[in-house]
Amino acid sequence: MQKIGVFVCWCGSNIAATVDVSKVAGAVKEEPDVIFASDYSYMCSEAGQLMIQNAIKEKGLTGIVVCSCSPRMHEATFRKAAQAAGLNPYMVEIANIREQCSWIHKDKEEGTKKAILLAKAAIAKVRFNEPLTAGETPVTKRALVIGGGIAGIQTALDIADAGFEVDIVEKSPTIGGKMAQLDKTFPTLDCAACILTPKMVDAAAHEKIRLFTYSEVEKVKGFVGNFTVDIRKKARSIQEEKCTGCGACMEKCPSRKTGNEFNERLDNRTAIYIPFAQAIPNIPSIDREACIHFKTGKCGICQKTCGVGAIDFDQQDERITRKYGAIVAATGFQPISLERFDEFQYSKSPDVITSLELERLMNAAGPTKGELVKPSSRKHPSDMVFVQCVGSRGESCREKSYCSKICCMYTAKHAMMIRDKYPDINVHVFYIDVRTPGKNFDEFYRRAVEDYGVDYRKGMVGKVMEQKDGRLLVQASDLLTGEQLLLHTDMVVLATAIEPDKSARALATMLTASMDTNDFFTEAHPKLRPVESPTAGIFLSGTCQGPKDIPETVAQAGAAAAKVIGLLSREKLLNNPQVAKAEERLCSGCSGCSKVCPYGAIDYEVREIWDHGVRKTRRIAVVNEAVCQGCGACTVTCPSGAMDLKGFTAKQIMAEVDAICR
Amino acid sequence: MHAIEETIKETCKKLWDDGEVNRILAWEKGLFDHDAAPALFRSRERISHLVYNEHCGGNLSKFLIKEMEKEGKVLVLLKPCDTYGFNQLLSENRINREKVYILGVPCGGMRDERGLLFKCLSCKGNDFKASDQIIESDLSVPAPVPSGEEEKLNKMTAEERFAFWRGQLSKCIRCNACRNVCPACSCIKCVFDNRDSGIETKANSDAFEENLFHIIRAFHVAGRCTDCGECSRVCPQNIPLYLLNRKMIEEMNERYGTYQAGENPEAKSPLTEFKESDPEISAEYGKGGVSSC
Repeated sequence: MQKIGVFVCWCGSNIAATVDVSKVAGAVKEEPDVIFASDYSYMCSEAGQLMIQNAIKEKGLTGIVVCSCSPRMHEATFRKAAQAAGLNPYMVEIANIREQCSWIHKDKEEGTKKAILLAKAAIAKVRFNEPLTAGETPVTKRALVIGGGIAGIQTALDIADAGFEVDIVEKSPTIGGKMAQLDKTFPTLDCAACILTPKMVDAAAHEKIRLFTYSEVEKVKGFVGNFTVDIRKKARSIQEEKCTGCGACMEKCPSRKTGNEFNERLDNRTAIYIPFAQAIPNIPSIDREACIHFKTGKCGICQKTCGVGAIDFDQQDERITRKYGAIVAATGFQPISLERFDEFQYSKSPDVITSLELERLMNAAGPTKGELVKPSSRKHPSDMVFVQCVGSRGESCREKSYCSKICCMYTAKHAMMIRDKYPDINVHVFYIDVRTPGKNFDEFYRRAVEDYGVDYRKGMVGKVMEQKDGRLLVQASDLLTGEQLLLHTDMVVLATAIEPDKSARALATMLTASMDTNDFFTEAHPKLRPVESPTAGIFLSGTCQGPKDIPETVAQAGAAAAKVIGLLSREKLLNNPQVAKAEERLCSGCSGCSKVCPYGAIDYEVREIWDHGVRKTRRIAVVNEAVCQGCGACTVTCPSGAMDLKGFTAKQIMAEVDAICR
Repeated sequence: MHAIEETIKETCKKLWDDGEVNRILAWEKGLFDHDAAPALFRSRERISHLVYNEHCGGNLSKFLIKEMEKEGKVLVLLKPCDTYGFNQLLSENRINREKVYILGVPCGGMRDERGLLFKCLSCKGNDFKASDQIIESDLSVPAPVPSGEEEKLNKMTAEERFAFWRGQLSKCIRCNACRNVCPACSCIKCVFDNRDSGIETKANSDAFEENLFHIIRAFHVAGRCTDCGECSRVCPQNIPLYLLNRKMIEEMNERYGTYQAGENPEAKSPLTEFKESDPEISAEYGKGGVSSC
């Protein structure tokens, strides 16, 4: 027989205001095996814990139930307290009478009734608890950073500087990400490349960092401290070790009609290409869809040109399997597609561009060498209209509900830079609100308005129309004056909403990391654990977690690195002892459990067993306890109920349900 | 049909003589004319008692589980539809393919005293999805005839449907025939026979919970049920159990694409496989999922 103690917490008035705690303690005294029940103002306090420990020692308790807040808050606290008093920590059950009871009810009578039921369910469960002992697994002292933008680079540098190995997997041929495409950065207006490229060089040169560019994560197995990841290194069709990066192949390549992604397709690139001058690694890749050799089997000019014989048309994708202790998602963002925003004529008029395209048009290394011209005629514009919040803060399903956060500032930057360089251009900005919280941000915006004479108008653009004279007619409203406006302009720049990179969703599935409805990765806690995913060992860096600018991204990247360093510094991690176990006499060996196991924790062995006095040879499921994470998928798949989860056995859960339905 | 039976016997004898198999799982004459009983033939002489006629409706593949414990290869007669159940058992490691010789036997539709078997109205066709040898013939399976019962049930209100099932399931006498014949119900120990599981006692505590036996069974075989119709065929109370299974199949096909259990033993059931393209079923009542507007 068990000797169970029940401890009901008031949580000040958090629980006690809606639940009659002494009544709960009184009601559960009659439950089977309960020999002690009490209530106290703060069970998690030192005095509360001492009360539990004394009861365990004095009454010889074999199991305890704490009726308090969510187990996510203080289960660990009470387990430690029980352990210190000599009780196995897994003989502790929590009845959540705060989040699931007092906080959501108003009526004290109803609340008390429900709290009693929840307590009875926990008592029914703890009667079937068994002492469990946690094993240990060593930590692989290497981190994987997925995404080689500024977030990934910063995280990797910080982890590597602490002395741990880091791999960066980047899907495009170079690291650098979106920041490499930017011209200047707000609010200081320093050149993006000038501050980013030294970090790219540092990452490439760091002895602890290994770059896998033009590579993708294909498969993730394992768990915190012990991930096994398959990386697919896509074939560049270049032997990297031979290539000197001289660029002769690119000069001679006759396929020159592919949109240049780095310049937002404002100009073209060759089929064999290096995205930009400071790309790392400085090794070209052949775009097999554009390459004449791959399309027709002819050409091969690059192969003939290459002095070191580095071109390898037969190169295959390579699969690399590596082990990691921690994984950081740094997959970044992309501007949303504007195909459903036809009113702005983006797809029809070359003079309607996105802000990212404008970055390239204004960049000295861009398609116009930094000279701002109308893309249609290559002529100097005299009037420009900026439209803010295109696709952001919307209610319709083509729009994002959130604020993309960076657009107000970069639009102010663009407007100011244009007025500075070309004072003859009139610049109008249409906005819903101008949001400039951040160090030196509002000052920056005011400079655009006050010193540079940018025409800010509160209101949205309803329509952009192409005119016969090659100009654009913008229909807009000014909400402050109540006027309907018709503006003749030369260019329209759309501050396009940003969304998580498309690769993030598939990655989240592989990592079993959760996402919100917008496909941003979810934090373990929005305030207190902002750089950790709820999945242990998975960390978040940069815009894959939510829209943010460069300073915030870099700060979060450092924070994620700090968390990774904390994890990798540990020699061993305690396993969760609440793992699955197969009952050999019930198992039919059907493999249903191993098919659903996300961790590959279930193997089979042919074993001789005694079944009611008869010796039988059977194929039986065996759980690797170090790998099992206790998710329970196998237990619900097993049709015969042979698979059970320690600490959450079918019997325990049935007992809980019975206690409530009694 | 008689000629086919003779060819089967000759083929069986030859395989026996060649040492290919040492026992034969087939049918023999039953109590009545319209009855052929599954039988295991352990000697060459007994092969003359083998029967194959239009009353061999049962699926023999489940009997193979027990045969796996014995030495040597067993020959089994499987009709085209039976091979689905065979493959399902194979995919669940309940049968060792090396220890079975499948003799595919042609079928022109099976009958009982009331005529063509109900399950033959939804015949899956003449293809054998597993076989080592096939007896050739010009027999052809009957063309499928939709029962229309599924649509009828789908059109009912929730209350009407509840009343329908309460009525049907109240006829159940818990003889376990459906479970024992089902090729998907192949657990060594069924949860309903395991006192420790706590399910047996629950499913008996009142009349309604008794009905839950069938609901639980439908969930347990979901994604594994080949829709062979054996459960309905053997039910002495004529409960249309196939409707429960077809509903599960319909729901799965709608969400995860058409899947026929047992068609290919290597294929993965949509319920135990995750694809990125799988719809995300939301918790909300009805046919939720993330809408793509």
